[in-house]
This record gives sequence, C-alpha cells and structure tokens, in this order.
Amino acid sequence: MKVGVVTFPGSNGDMDCIHVLEQIPGCEPELIWHKSTDLLSADALVLPGGFAHGDYLRGGAIARFSPVMREVARFAGAGRPVLGICNGFQVLTEAGLLPGALHRNQHILFRCAWVHVRVESNASPWLAGAQSGQVLKVAVAHGQGNYYADQDTLRGMHAREQVALRYSDTAGRISADSNHNGSVLSIAGVTNEAGNVLGMMPHPERSADPLLGSADGRVVFESLVHSLIGVAS
Amino acid sequence: MSAQVTAEALREVALSRDEYDLAVRLLGREPNTVELGVLGAMWSEHCGYKNSRPLLGMFPSEGADVLQGPGENAGAVRLGGGLAAVFKVESHNHPSAIEPYQGAATGVGGIVRDIFTMGARPVALLNSLRFGPLDERESRTLLAGVVRGIGDYGNSLGIPTVGGEIGFSPSYRGNPLVNAMCVGVAPADGLVRGLTGESGNVLLLVGADTGRDGIHGATFASVEDPQESHKGVIQVGNPFMEKLLMEACLELRGSPHVVGMQDLGAAGLTSSSVECAGRTGSGIEMEVSQISRRETGMTPYEVMLSESQERMLLVVTPDGVDAVRRVFQKWDLHSDVIGTVTDDGLLRVRDGAEVVCELPIHLLTEDVPRYTREGRPSAELLARRDRDVTPLVEGVTLPVQEQLLELLASPNIGSKRWAWEQYDHTIQTSTALGPGAADAAVIRVRQTGEGLALTMDCNSRHCLLDPYAGGMGAVVEAARNLACVGARPLGLTNCLNFGNPEKPEIYWHLSECIRGMSDACSALGIPVVSGNVSLYNESEGQAVNPTPVVGMVGSMPDVTRAVGTGFTEGSAVYMVSAGPAPTLAASEWLAALAGIDAGQPASPDLKGEARLHQFLQDGIQEGWILSAHDVSEGGLAVALAECSISGNAGLVATLAPEARSVEYLFGEAPGVVIIGVQPDLTATVESMSTQADLAWHRLGTAGGQDLAVDGFFTVEVEQLQSAHSRALGVPVTRVNP
Repeated sequence: MKVGVVTFPGSNGDMDCIHVLEQIPGCEPELIWHKSTDLLSADALVLPGGFAHGDYLRGGAIARFSPVMREVARFAGAGRPVLGICNGFQVLTEAGLLPGALHRNQHILFRCAWVHVRVESNASPWLAGAQSGQVLKVAVAHGQGNYYADQDTLRGMHAREQVALRYSDTAGRISADSNHNGSVLSIAGVTNEAGNVLGMMPHPERSADPLLGSADGRVVFESLVHSLIGVAS
Repeated sequence: MSAQVTAEALREVALSRDEYDLAVRLLGREPNTVELGVLGAMWSEHCGYKNSRPLLGMFPSEGADVLQGPGENAGAVRLGGGLAAVFKVESHNHPSAIEPYQGAATGVGGIVRDIFTMGARPVALLNSLRFGPLDERESRTLLAGVVRGIGDYGNSLGIPTVGGEIGFSPSYRGNPLVNAMCVGVAPADGLVRGLTGESGNVLLLVGADTGRDGIHGATFASVEDPQESHKGVIQVGNPFMEKLLMEACLELRGSPHVVGMQDLGAAGLTSSSVECAGRTGSGIEMEVSQISRRETGMTPYEVMLSESQERMLLVVTPDGVDAVRRVFQKWDLHSDVIGTVTDDGLLRVRDGAEVVCELPIHLLTEDVPRYTREGRPSAELLARRDRDVTPLVEGVTLPVQEQLLELLASPNIGSKRWAWEQYDHTIQTSTALGPGAADAAVIRVRQTGEGLALTMDCNSRHCLLDPYAGGMGAVVEAARNLACVGARPLGLTNCLNFGNPEKPEIYWHLSECIRGMSDACSALGIPVVSGNVSLYNESEGQAVNPTPVVGMVGSMPDVTRAVGTGFTEGSAVYMVSAGPAPTLAASEWLAALAGIDAGQPASPDLKGEARLHQFLQDGIQEGWILSAHDVSEGGLAVALAECSISGNAGLVATLAPEARSVEYLFGEAPGVVIIGVQPDLTATVESMSTQADLAWHRLGTAGGQDLAVDGFFTVEVEQLQSAHSRALGVPVTRVNP
C-alpha cells in the first residue's frame, strides 16, 4: 500500500512521516513534491508538519496554491484517506478541505510538549483502530494550533461526528487546564463530513516510539493500513 | 607615512594607526577605500583572531577520532557506521543586545549554515544564554526576544533544540551572551570543505540577495559597547530561505561538481572568499556587478562587506555549473556566477572594467597582526578571591528548608521550561532525552542506533574568581554531564566570551581560562575541534564575567541505555565523588543568599574525574545505574531536589557524619554525582566504586512523597516542583515581531 507524503519546500516533518511509515507493516511511503500533479498512484496521502512556504503570513495560507493541491482536493473528494498533521492540518483548513481555522495559540507562544488527547470518534479510517474515549499521549509543537469554528459549524460537526480528538488529562477528563492552546471545545483534531480527511495538531509520527516518550501515535498509521486492506479485501 | 587616511576612516574599520602602517608597509602602497574596508574586516578580532590566536594554540586538537580540527567551518569527529558528527558553537552577543529577536535568530542561522556547509544534516541545536538580573525589565525583554528568536528560526528549519543553559548575573547587563551550537551528521568520507580547488573553477553565490544590512558587523563585534556600535547594522533573518538553502546544499552533497562550500557570515563575501582562497593557496577574481542586490545604488564596498543572511558561496567545476544551478532552481533559489578561482594569490574585485580591490590573500589571512599581551589580575579581584566567606555564611540565618526552596525558585537554578517549550525539541523523532530530563541531551543517530550526547557548560563565577580552575571546571563539568547519561566524550567546541583583551585583567582571564581548559582537555583526552572567540563584551566600561562556554559531543553505542537525572522508585541512591570537599566559597548559594561573588572555588581533581566518568559510563552501559545527576550549582541539597523533581519520587537521605553541615548541603565541588542503582546490585556498585578509588556513601532508597535529609529538612516533592517551576515566572509580555 502506497502512502504519499506531500512535501512543500518548508515542510520539515516529511522525513519523520516517511520514517514512521516505513516501520508500519504494509506501508510503502513515498515523497510527492508540491510542484507535482502526479500522486504516484498513492492509496493515501499525508501532509506533514512544517512551515510550507515560510508561512510568515499565516500557516498554510500559500500552500493551497501549490500545484499538488488541486490533486489533493480531487483525491479527498473521491473519499480517499488524507491526513494533515500540524502544518498539514493548517493547509487543509486553508484549502477548504476541513472546517474551521487555526489561530495563534492563546498564550501567544510556540509550545512543544507532551499532551494527552481523547479519541472522540473513531469513524475516520485514520482512527478506526482506536477506541472511542481512548486517551493517547502525543507530542505537540506549534505556535498556531488554536482551533476555531463558529457555533453553527460546530453544531453540524458534532452531529456528523467530525470532532475526532480533544485535549484531555491522562484520565481523559477535559478541562481548561489540559487545553494547552486555547482551542474551542479543546479540539485537537477534526475530520471532513465523510470522515476520510483527518486534520490534527498533535504529531502521531513523533509519538510512535517508546524511546521518544510514547508509541500511542502508531494507532493512526496502523488504523489506515487496517482500514484500507479491509476495504480492498 | 599614512597622511592620507583620516582617524575617522580608521575608526570606521576599527584599525589602529599602527596596524594601518603595517598594512601599508606590507602592501607597498596605501589601500583604497574598498581595500581598507576589506582589510579592516579581515584584521578584526572576529575574523583575524589577532588577540586570541596565540592563546588558542594551547588547545589540544588532535585525536584518533578527529576528522576535522579547527580552521574549517566546523569540526568533525568519527561516529560508528561510517558517519561523522560535525559541530560548532558561535556567538551572536552584540546583535542580540540591540535586537534580541533578530540577533538570536540570525545567530542560529549562522551556526546552522556552518554545519550544512560541511555536508552535514543538522540534527540538533543547543544554546547557552546569559542575561542581567531577571528582576530587571531590560533583562526580561532580552530573554523573551532571544528565546523567541531562537525558537522561530530553529523550529522553522526543523532542527530540534535539545539542550543548553540560561544564566543571570549583573555582569551581563547591557551585554547578554547568546551562543548557539549546532550538531550535524554526515558521511565520514563525504565532508565538504571551504576550498577553491584549481584555477578556473567558478564561484557561485546562492541564496538571498545582497543588501545593506550588517555592514561592519565583524568590525563592530570587535569593539566595546554594543548599544553604541551596533545601531543600524543588524541583520534580519529569513528561516524559510535558509531551509531552501539547506535542502539544496544537502542535495548537492556528493556531487562531483562541487569543489567547496563556504557560508557567508561575518564580513560577508569578503571573508568567505578570502578564507577559501587562503586555505587553498589560490587567488580569486570577482565581478561585483554580477551580484543580485536587494537595493539600488550599492557601492562595491557595501556589496563586499554586506552581512545579508542566508547566502552561500559555492566553488564549482566549470563543466558542472549548469547541473549545480538546476538543483538551486528546483528549490526556487537563484544563483549568480560571480567570479573565478585564479592562481595569482590575489583577491581581485572588479566593478565592470574597473578593478576596485586588489590585495594579496596572504595579507588578509596570514599577515594579520598577532598580539601577545601582558595579563595580570587586579588587586581588587585577588582580594575578592581571597576573602574569607565564613562571616558571610554565618550571616545567612534563613532555615535550611527555606534556603533550599529559595535556591530552587531562583532564576539560575530553577526550571527553564518556559524557554525550552518554545523550542521544538521533538522534531526529527530522535530525541531520547530532551531538555530538563538529563544532564546532557541524548539523540539517536537514526542510521545506527548510536546515542549522541550533547551539552553546553560554563560556570562564569568560577572563571571570574579563579580562571584556571574555572576553565578546567567548564571542561570537566561538560565531560561529567556526558558521563551522567552514559556517554564518552568525542570532541569539544567552545565560545570564548570575554571583555576587552587590551585590558590586562581581561587578558589574564582569557589566557588563564584557555590554559585551564587545555589542561583539562589533555588530561581527559578530549580534542578541541572548533570554536569561536567573542571579545569586547562590555557595556558602559563593565566587562562580562569571563565565560568560556564549552560545547561537548559524546556518544554511546546503544541509545536505549541512556539514563536521566530522575529518581526511579525503589532504586538505591548513592553519592559518589572523586574530588575536593565542597565549599560555599564562590557558590551559587553565596550569590543567591548572601548576594556576593567571592572566595576561592574548588579545583577539580583531573585524574579522579577521569575515573569517575569511566565508572559512570560502565555502570550505565551495563545497566546497573538507573539515574545519574552531577552535583553543581546549589550543591548536594539542590541536586537531590532535582532528582526528586524530575523523577517524581522522594528520598529519605542519611548523610555521612562529616557531611552534616550547611557547607556540605549547599557547597560546590567538582567531581560529585548522585546515582540511583538497581537495589539488588548495591554490592556491585560499592565494590566497583572502591576499585575505581572513588568515595561513596549510600544515602537511602528513592520513593515516597517527601525529600528528607535527616536533621535538616523534610519537604514534599510537590512543593519542590512548585518552587522550581516558578523560577522564570512569566518573564514576558509581548515581543516583536
């Protein structure tokens, strides 16, 4: 199964994604350059973290004009799996493939830390292997991860189970204390209506090895393999 | 003989009349304006090391594992699996004093270029920072801006910032220290050097356009008082441009067309081209009109001395120019062919038909004046060193428990989490022990599973009061920190931050620190492979404390064996030592609680240190040591508290009878560590320490919610954590941009 990692010139999590995907049985990762319009017959796409085009204006604001993005939109529209991590999440919201927007963190500062998220919905192929209510220890590293959507949008998202991940404490309790960046409703990850596109601020690829502090993030990539092979067979 | 040049013109390029006369004599004529600018830059302390080079010769720089010693863009040592670790530290003190955000950001940019220039992929950043007292608004503004500048630049490049240190002292008022270190990994046989190769090779300037920013940065780094000298010369960083340059240059690694690479740092195109030609023994001819400009109307003088950031000089074989330029095009970078390599040993710069500069390379590199000055300590300093601190110690009447909490909450000892959370330290998915977890940062070499251990250290109070002991101390502390995670040192880089070396006391500090560092390096077998000198760190006539920051790189065969500082529940806790008895003289305790830097710091026992480090490396690799922490500022009590805080586990400690004093609890001495040991292996540890001729004492068993030292205090670990975590408070409000 081929997983394309879409690389913008300022992406910096691309090789981390490649590295973790190489460890997941069944995955064959490949880089796709942002100027390309050939998705190399990928079965799934990952938009990694970074600062796609420097992002001095706003995270992901320019990336949506990269040639590859038209193909990414077509791929997502066909119901195929797309994951946006951190800057990749920002790019997907800017491109209109996911609802809402990511503001600067409420406390202004960039923050790199270990946090916990609770799985709210496992409807997406990227979370199918996780249990609803399961708590994952994951790395975050961003300055602009404060998720926002208006009340109407949030109502619709709830009804369609589009809120995938929320910041919580280790026991899965959600409170202002565990909401590390000020996101509305502590939202850490959302999907599109169909569930095939997932955007998340935490980094599952950095949380997939006990040596580094957590292997909880592996479930995201393992879920994908399970979902796709399940679908194919 | 130099009637034509004015004092004003010489001041502008920071040359003395004597130096100018020497240049005229060597050149056989008066230099023109462009030549004078080039000469001033290359003969500055920053580029020419005219005060420090005779002293730097003391450093041992050879070793079986050294692949590149001093003199290149960075040093390199051998790792396993055919790889090399490439590393260097550099200062950006004066720019950061004026514009903390951009100064620090471009400092990171500069050191990262030094590493990828060598063909190495940067894998880690560290930084060593010093500011004035934290309770002063200016210090907080500088801290906030510097931390944010470091974070924004490094984060953007995707290089984890994994370690470092932050200190505060009145001596850094107006002249903060911002030293950044970068470590990269390269194939050992694929290191790229800053060379020009054969005549006819082509010079390619790549990256950002050249603007008027930073002109005279190198010369101003070599005069006092940043507030006065640096206005209007601050460079502005563009990390996105640097990311493109880094990826493009790394894509070119191994290309048969690339002969040499050199980044443009201080003194811009002038120093980068001259250094390449100097190392090779060639000449260089450049055409300034071919250089893309950011501004109109720039003179050749400005183009040659611009310090615009994110630029690289490549030397390419004539038949490879198109292939190399295609790689830069892929990354949307333009490249200008700006000149060629010649064999006449001259730096010749043309502006169209006109030759605007023609100077022998030799004059700029080898003929730089060298000064060996007379150094001597002031009577005032010696009196401070020899002062009996007993009355000061007796004056501190606070209960011991309060002393501990106060130290933990003090800016120098307390948690720096507020700063390091602004640095991305988990990117590249290899950080095994990041900031706050261990005495040194540990990262995994992805290709081999080897562990790389990294640290930066310097106790500037010790260096002030006894520069020889302080210089040794900086080296042994760094080596001890590596040993505490289980690593063996491979090499050392340093950044020598001092005041004006023309003052005898400063020169004495500089030379004594270097002597101490050199002796420690020789005794421990650690080569110095790269370094940077930053002199004239003064503000309003007041020099910074002598601060020779040591950056050290070590390795261990198996990264998964590395240990942190935190107590693990149930482990047997020992104090193991190989040095002198602790003293409150020149201690952090004395500074924090009695408000004075005075007394004679303890001197390390170099042979004992070597045995201690070996003991730690063996015990950690073999798995019987579960945690290790070196006792430094704040002494034993603070070290125990740090182990408790980090491991979230208490300890009921019983001290040896001779250690039941405030002097032992808070005093400092090099060569003491706290280790946590597998409880069923205590007999092994005791016999191993005895065999290594180390003094040991079993303190107790880790666990529970209190840290208690019999007869002195019992404090909840939670209370320790709370004091420790509030040290920096929230130092900032809003900073630009």
